[in-house]
Amino acid sequence: MVPLDYYIILSAILFTIGVVGVLVRRNALIIFMSIELMLNSANLAIVAFSSAIKSFSGQIFVFFVIAVAAAEVAVGLALIVEIFKSKRSIDVDQMSSLKG
Amino acid sequence: MTFDLALFLVLSLAAIASALGMVLSRNAVYSALYLVLNFITVAVFYLLLGAPFIAMAQVTIYAGAIMVLFLFVIMLLGAENLPASKVLPWQRPLAIGLSGLLFAEAAYLLISKARPSGSILPDAAANTVDNLQQLGLVLFNEYLLPFEVVSILLLVAMVGAIILTKKEKVEQK
Repeated sequence: MVPLDYYIILSAILFTIGVVGVLVRRNALIIFMSIELMLNSANLAIVAFSSAIKSFSGQIFVFFVIAVAAAEVAVGLALIVEIFKSKRSIDVDQMSSLKG
Repeated sequence: MTFDLALFLVLSLAAIASALGMVLSRNAVYSALYLVLNFITVAVFYLLLGAPFIAMAQVTIYAGAIMVLFLFVIMLLGAENLPASKVLPWQRPLAIGLSGLLFAEAAYLLISKARPSGSILPDAAANTVDNLQQLGLVLFNEYLLPFEVVSILLLVAMVGAIILTKKEKVEQK
C-alpha cells in the first residue's frame, strides 16, 4: 500500500515544477502548458484524497476540472493565435504595449 | 517493499522527469510531447488510486484532445524556438528560490493540517465496472446541475474560440 503522504508530496513537486515553468519560461505556449501541469497535479491530490476517504465526490470534481481545463485551453489558444497575428511573436516579454 | 510501492516510485520518477523535461527543453514541440508523457503517467496513478473513469478521461481529453490542440497551434505559429533576448539576471534564481519555499510550505501544510481521517488507499481491485456504475449514479443524481452547467461552459468556450479567431469581414459598400 502506498501511503497518502507520498501522493501529496508528488503532487506538490509537480505543482512546484509548474510554477517554475510559469516564472522562468518566456514562450507563452510553454507557460500555458505549465498551467496545465499545475491543474493536473491538483487533480492528482484531489483523487488521492477522494480515495483515502472512499468517496466519489472527489473524482467527479476532477472530471469537472478536466472539462473546465478543456474550455480554458480552447479560449486561451485562440487568444495566443490572435496575439501572434498582431505582434508576430509569443514572447511574453514583448507584450508590454501598456507599459508607460 | 511491496509491488505497489515500487510501481509508485518508478512512476513518480517518470512523472517528475517528464515534468522537468517539459519545463527545460528548448523546443516547444518537445515540451508538448514531454507533457503528454506526464499526463499518461498521471493517468496510471489514477488507476493505482482506483479511479478508472478519471484515468480514461485523462488519456482521451488531456493527452488526446488538449495536447493535439497544443501541437497544432505550435506548428501553426511556427513558434518552436523563440529568438534569444536578454533575460533579467536575478529572475531565474529568485523564481527557483521562491518555488522551493512554496513547495516546502505546501508539503508541510498538506501533510500536517489537511489530511483526511482515513489514510488507507484502495487496491487495484477497485477498477471494476461496478465502480464505474456507482460513479455514474452519483454523477447523474447528486451532480446533475453542475454537469449541465459544464455543457453550457463548453458551448460558450467553443463560440468564444470561433469568434476570437474569425476573420474580420471587410465592409463592402
